[in-house]
Amino acid sequence: MRYLPHTDEDTAAMLETVGAESLDELFAAIPGECRRSRQLHLPDALTEWELNTCMEEMADRNAQSPEYALFLGAGSYDHYIPESVQHLLSRSEFSTAYTPYQPEASQGTLQAVYEYQTLTARLTGMDIANASLYDGASALAEACLMAVRITKKRRIALSALIHPFYRQVVRTYLRPAQCEIVELPPLPSGTTDISSLASEDSFAAVAIQSPNFFGCIENPAEAEQLCRKGGALLIVSFTEPLAFGLFKSPGSQGADIVCGEGQGLGIPRSFGGPGLGIFATRSKYVRSMPGRLVGKTRDLSGRQGFVLTLATREQHIRRERATSNICTNSNLCALAAAMYLASLGGTGFRDLARLNYDKTEYLKKGLAESGFTIPFTAPTFNEFVLQCPQGFKSRYDELVAGKIVAGLPLSSFHPEFAEHYLFCVTETVSRQNMDRLIKEMSK
Amino acid sequence: MKTTTATTGLILNEPLLWERGNRGRSGFSLPRRDVENASIEDALLGNGPDFPDLSELEVVRHYTRLSTWNFGIDTGMYPLGSCTMKYNPKTNEKQAGLRGFASTHPLLPAELSQGALQTMAELEKFLGEITGMDAVSLQPAAGAHGELTGMLIMYAYLKSLGSIRSKIIVPDTAHGTNPASAALCGFSPVSVASGKDGILNAESIARVMDEDTAGIMITNPNTLGLFEAHIKEIARIVHDKGGLVYGDGANMNAMMGIVDIAALGVDILHLNLHKTFSTPHGGGGPGSGPVCVTKELAPFLPIPRIIEENGMYRLSEESPLSIGRVHAFYGNFGVMIKALSYILSMGPNLKKASQLAVLNANYIKEKLKGTLHLPYDRPCMHECVFSDLHQQEYNVTTLDMAKRLIDFGHHPPTVYFPLVVHGSIMIEPTETETKESIDQFIESFKSIAEEAKKNPDFLKEAPHNCRTSRLDETEAARHPCLAG
Repeated sequence: MRYLPHTDEDTAAMLETVGAESLDELFAAIPGECRRSRQLHLPDALTEWELNTCMEEMADRNAQSPEYALFLGAGSYDHYIPESVQHLLSRSEFSTAYTPYQPEASQGTLQAVYEYQTLTARLTGMDIANASLYDGASALAEACLMAVRITKKRRIALSALIHPFYRQVVRTYLRPAQCEIVELPPLPSGTTDISSLASEDSFAAVAIQSPNFFGCIENPAEAEQLCRKGGALLIVSFTEPLAFGLFKSPGSQGADIVCGEGQGLGIPRSFGGPGLGIFATRSKYVRSMPGRLVGKTRDLSGRQGFVLTLATREQHIRRERATSNICTNSNLCALAAAMYLASLGGTGFRDLARLNYDKTEYLKKGLAESGFTIPFTAPTFNEFVLQCPQGFKSRYDELVAGKIVAGLPLSSFHPEFAEHYLFCVTETVSRQNMDRLIKEMSK
Repeated sequence: MKTTTATTGLILNEPLLWERGNRGRSGFSLPRRDVENASIEDALLGNGPDFPDLSELEVVRHYTRLSTWNFGIDTGMYPLGSCTMKYNPKTNEKQAGLRGFASTHPLLPAELSQGALQTMAELEKFLGEITGMDAVSLQPAAGAHGELTGMLIMYAYLKSLGSIRSKIIVPDTAHGTNPASAALCGFSPVSVASGKDGILNAESIARVMDEDTAGIMITNPNTLGLFEAHIKEIARIVHDKGGLVYGDGANMNAMMGIVDIAALGVDILHLNLHKTFSTPHGGGGPGSGPVCVTKELAPFLPIPRIIEENGMYRLSEESPLSIGRVHAFYGNFGVMIKALSYILSMGPNLKKASQLAVLNANYIKEKLKGTLHLPYDRPCMHECVFSDLHQQEYNVTTLDMAKRLIDFGHHPPTVYFPLVVHGSIMIEPTETETKESIDQFIESFKSIAEEAKKNPDFLKEAPHNCRTSRLDETEAARHPCLAG
């Protein structure tokens, strides 16, 4: 086996050094009752070439564009990824390294993460960002726990227009902490009704998502004013950071914690993972922050270098009193995002955001003109909800059979919105495909 | 002495990203604009983030140069204890990058994602076979995430029986993630010391286990690299008081094909696909930390579960006792493919991998035990733990030797962990290293021990051949500079 280099002679010589007669004897410390009673029942080892066939067959059983026209987003977005990013990311000095605990042998990762922290702080409009968390959902859960630590309160207000899976993860994380979660309902405009906050001072945090699950742009500045009065922290979550190339950043509108999913920044959809949990906050909260941080420092000769820092917040030092149990970040995905943002630059990022906006508006307008209803009036980015006529589901299924996935049915997430579909358009969707969709849907 | 791996070479400087570039450059092929500009409300518009504009080649040079300052498994031996830095096969990367996997959307109708669901179902089945456990969820995104999931399952199971417990037993050899994960579930850790022989004895568990204790978190082999031989008796004691046994599977690489985890009395186990199953660590993620449980606990696993009916796969959320969701979608699918690719490439050879991992660790232990102090002189599993006791008379520490190893072309072992050994040096060679590279590592360590006697000050200033010398971590923490 090519991953096991020992020849029989190697093994024999090493066993002799160890003083064991056989490989089995190395396991003498394991009592018989702990051992397997039978051999591993696994398929025979495949050759590299057989493996290719086996995996290709499975991969081909998934729908993929351009064969399929997919108008799906909802937290996982199709953006073009420059070949240079893919290529740089496969540098094995990055990919096969461990956590940079030995900074002198890890300056590449460390500087790249310091740059990532800087880029994501600028992206979100915040002072500082960490080295990343697992994904947008766990980042939101960690943000809620952080707010509980800071405010010592145990109630959280969550917008019902936060991604439904993110809300589920928050509930899972907060259940043992016995926190109460209150959901803020949607307004007819497609944004969150925050009016109930005016008379509240018991919340640790108020969390909204912008653009929200319906693609609508929320108003964090308004939420911030109500949070200040009641002493709650404002958390702004997101699933599509490209929006900040066009719209105001959450940080510029008073958010205390900005967290969300960075998959759209150069990371393939990959059936929903791995993702990138972006997490940014104000400097004053740095010591309450979860996750790994890279900081700038100097070496013995005064030369600039980077290290993991403020580790006293973390589990390997503080154990049960740590700010989180997280031990890693989503490092390679963070590097992908940094490489992607570096490739686009500020100019490219703004241009791409604008193009995404314009394309989505094109489809929205086209469908509205064909007689479909746009139920929400709030401005949107990349995604919008469409209300279809009664019984549209059978047409939807016909379209799937014809290799068009016409949005995501909202009924399983929001039963009150039966016959509503969430559409997504990015730069990868051509006008031609949008025209085809409009035509097919109108049949 | 033979020529060492390391030498000095041309290392290029590279400024921070934003010290490069010029406004108006681009490294991105902006897609064709085939639609008109739409109207937009001015009040909503921002200025866009302040990112530098770089050409494609500038981006490529920047990251290529940074990469040369890093040490990876492909660079050289990386014997980090507890981390299982085995070779990350290249074909795994290719498989995960297949268009049908990498570009598939997580919310497609089930009939359009049969390949992805089948991949996950097969991996679950194989991990069940390898561990002996009944049911598997692939959803946790990392080892610590798997621990949290496991603790949430423990909490939910006990609660379903009407039992709210406040404590959890955590041995003093445990990873820091264990108590931190338990604390998130409201359990306060009760530390138990291992015995003189480096493993837990049943009496010490019997003394602390009571009906207010949810159970025990136990790493086996433990972080001293020793098999917890009394685990079955310990599990019985915990079960008798209504508790559960959580197994930290970080060290599964010692046990594949050899140990039946379910037979040990373990109720919940997490695996690290990025350790045992060869997926790359990525400089700190993304990993994958599947959770395996007994059939009694299967109803508590995270949703959604993968269900197979008549050869068709689908995702099911119908699981009323489930702890809920722990990841936005289904976990790190891209990592799962790499692990599946590895298992299919290895087949029953996985047992051989564990045997050779254990052989390599014992070989290093035997060869270095005169040079370094070996606190527990007995056969180890996949890793061995030394200390710097012999070097103390020269005022040379574990850290000094670790830094000097870099000059010799090896990544240092894990240092100062486990905490139960003062100045510990934890070496895990893995099965993918050749005898020659292991011998070279041993020779390097011996040379360093000689240097410690003759020229200790030289070690204090190591490493000498890296781009930077030792970095000031105290200053970094005192005046944090986290963004430029």
